[in-house]
Amino acid sequence: MMKDFARIYIMGKEYQVPRHLTILQAIEHAGFLFVRGCGCRGGFCGACATVYRMRDSYKLKVALACQTKIEDGMYLAQIPFYPGNKAEHNIASLTPTTETLCMLYPEIMRCISCGSCSKVCPQDIKVMDYINAAIRGDYKKVVELSFDCIMCGLCATRCPAEIVHYYVALAARRIYGAHIMKKAPHLDKRLQEMKEKKFDPELEKLMRSSVEDLKKLYASRDIEP
Amino acid sequence: MYPQEFYESLKRVEATRKARLNQVFPRLSMEERSALLEKFHPDYKKETMREISVGISKGEKTPHEFADLLEAYSYLDPKRFVIPAPKYEVDVLIIGGGGAGVAAALTASEVGADVLLVTKLRIGDANTTMAQGGIQAADKENDSPAIHYLDIMGGGGFKNIPELVRALVNDGPEVIRWLEELGVIFDKAEDGTMLSIHGGGTSRKRMHPCRDYTGAEIMRCLKDEFLDRKIKYIEYTASIELLKDNVGNCVGAVLVNMETGEVFTIKSKTTILATGGAGRLHIQGFPTSNHYGATGDGVVLAYRAGAKLIYLDTIQYHPTGVAFPEQILGQLITEKVRGLGAQLVNAYGEQFIYELETRDVVASAIIREVQERQKGVVTSTGGGVWLDTPLIEMKFGKGTIQKQLPAMYRQFIKFGIDMTQEPVLTYPTQHYQNGGILCNEFGETNVPNLYVAGEVSGGVHGRNRLMGNSLLDVLVFGRRAGRHAAEKSKEISKIGEPTLLHLIDYHSELKKLGIPESRRSPMILPDYRPQEFRGKFHFLSKLTEFNAERNNI
Ligand SMILES: Cc1cc2nc3c(=O)[nH]c(=O)nc-3n(C[C@H](O)[C@H](O)[C@H](O)COP(=O)(O)OP(=O)(O)OC[C@H]3O[C@@H](n4cnc5c(N)ncnc54)[C@H](O)[C@@H]3O)c2cc1C
Ligand code: FES
Repeated sequence: MMKDFARIYIMGKEYQVPRHLTILQAIEHAGFLFVRGCGCRGGFCGACATVYRMRDSYKLKVALACQTKIEDGMYLAQIPFYPGNKAEHNIASLTPTTETLCMLYPEIMRCISCGSCSKVCPQDIKVMDYINAAIRGDYKKVVELSFDCIMCGLCATRCPAEIVHYYVALAARRIYGAHIMKKAPHLDKRLQEMKEKKFDPELEKLMRSSVEDLKKLYASRDIEP
Repeated sequence: MYPQEFYESLKRVEATRKARLNQVFPRLSMEERSALLEKFHPDYKKETMREISVGISKGEKTPHEFADLLEAYSYLDPKRFVIPAPKYEVDVLIIGGGGAGVAAALTASEVGADVLLVTKLRIGDANTTMAQGGIQAADKENDSPAIHYLDIMGGGGFKNIPELVRALVNDGPEVIRWLEELGVIFDKAEDGTMLSIHGGGTSRKRMHPCRDYTGAEIMRCLKDEFLDRKIKYIEYTASIELLKDNVGNCVGAVLVNMETGEVFTIKSKTTILATGGAGRLHIQGFPTSNHYGATGDGVVLAYRAGAKLIYLDTIQYHPTGVAFPEQILGQLITEKVRGLGAQLVNAYGEQFIYELETRDVVASAIIREVQERQKGVVTSTGGGVWLDTPLIEMKFGKGTIQKQLPAMYRQFIKFGIDMTQEPVLTYPTQHYQNGGILCNEFGETNVPNLYVAGEVSGGVHGRNRLMGNSLLDVLVFGRRAGRHAAEKSKEISKIGEPTLLHLIDYHSELKKLGIPESRRSPMILPDYRPQEFRGKFHFLSKLTEFNAERNNI
């Protein structure tokens, strides 16, 4: 084998691919065309959740295929879909009580604190801790801990209690954003002003201005420091 | 981990850091800006564009990569393809499940329309999810829609369509409130005051971030709301053509299930294209920050159906794409990094541009620094300049980066680069389609009953979009198009018979020009497999067979 190549196993089959590739690029290099299992290619969508182990190890590891460089001896499989259950709700009518999350997702009470979810998170989120916070109805904590979740779903694949963590976190965050966090006071004011059409004359005037005049205004506009 | 050969340059950057901390590079005058753009902006390279030779906007210029898709045949032969009976018949068909499509679905269903959304990947596998920096809206005391308007016009080279800009700035505050109510968690102070910041080209701090997951946070809330409302949707299904009746109304689309290859049609009273941008065309060989499905399909479909284009000759190159490590080449380093005070410096640790000039100007300055002045850092894939991120924590204190830029931090630390200690290497990347399909302030195109919303459309941003205005754009015009298309659908009692008549003339024009029949579009997906594996996509095999048959005749 050439030194610039690595040996990887895609669903058990061996391929040799250039060493510098990400898992995603390596799978493509092996000749696969992604339909599922690839979304943003930038670490934001969670479509490329991947489980692997090294050839001589029993230890399962996880990765986002688009953000992880291959290593020699990786045994790879993607999990492009997981049948997670989402509770349907009407966000406007939910109330941020201690029980709300447990009512939406009663299975969170079955958490045995095994920590598998936290161990498996490719974003290094303390998943188990936010589930515990959700059980206590501590919305703020759930928000803080879960904000960087990209919903790849790996946590749910490992949970013995069949919790779909990312949906629990999403519900908690939406409830927090809609009902606990204060609405922007300056926005109230602005919306009122918009209703009164306070800015329309100024705007209409700009719309009627010549490009020359606009250019002058633009060049001389003051800039907030 | 940086390679040994970067060390010398890294040392110089470190050596000048302290002295630079409070130094601001002077802003360029209007004349200096124009001169810089003309000489170094990729859009100004004449040989990279050509006039489109077919269709309604014939004669307009666009990059070769886009022209190749416009000057291409449909996968369907209009003379032989038997249009299957519609699998679904709905009031409003929405094509594309990013921010614009989902926002449109929400307002359309609020008006009581029967809505169906189809999308190529999953809902939210879209450019919207990748937006990091923030969303603009004039909602603070020292700001106003008029000030926002002027910023947008200036950024766009004063070529923006005024009515569209008015809609954008006027709907801004309302959209932010709508997002708050959907549960979007903006960066706020205890009392609810938005912690808004500057973006390139803003004269007020009106960018609203959600850490550096702004688009992801907005998209997941929109998607969740969409699912809560039980709106119908189909994923992994691409639209490959629009359907029109014999008087020219858009009446639906032809789609292909990308897993089974099934080809089917949807009949609709009104249709909204919200297919997003075109980063994956890799114009002039640039890497891109865009998602996997950003292949410009909507522009192709609408154009073949007779919709007019505007400013498809301007592409936005984001000044700060990743230049190292090559595994994440072209991925975005959000402008927020510069907003927080990281400076751009060359290999010698010298500043060469004010960081928050408009994107086209900053990108041009970086290209000049690397290509003409040869003061960049050389890498195996080209080169780049430093974005001096440790300055952020010198200014705002330890921990700022992990708190405000967790996605960025994560992206680099995975490759052994700690951006709190070391700068990151950057070079422009293809980022945004400034122009697109022309529409009015309700998203209507010149093709009756065909709407567009979001990045696929053009006009509102003129020739250059400012950061934070496209998330606003997709929500403002998505909502407007959804509402309007739903209202309009109520006026339509019977949908006309679907045809592909519009392709007949288009194809014969192509034939006359001698364009080979092997050139087909839309692209649907970029093909990153090695040459020997490339070819027709398996899910198009039904259509390929059909085409083979045609070639035999
Ligand atoms: C990395 C990055 C960072 C950004 N940061 C910011 C920012 O900070 N602020 C800001 O305002 N803007 C930002 N933008 C720009 C902004 O995110 C996008 O312009 C905007 O979200 C586009 O939304 P959209 O709904 O029009 O398109 P998208 O969100 O891309 O959605 C289009 C959808 O249509 C689907 N589709 C495409 N073709 C077809 C087809 N043939 N059939 C069916 N479906 C199809 C796509 O797969 C996709 O799901 C950023 C963009 C990127 C890429
Ligand atoms: S493809 Fe989106 S996270 Fe990897």
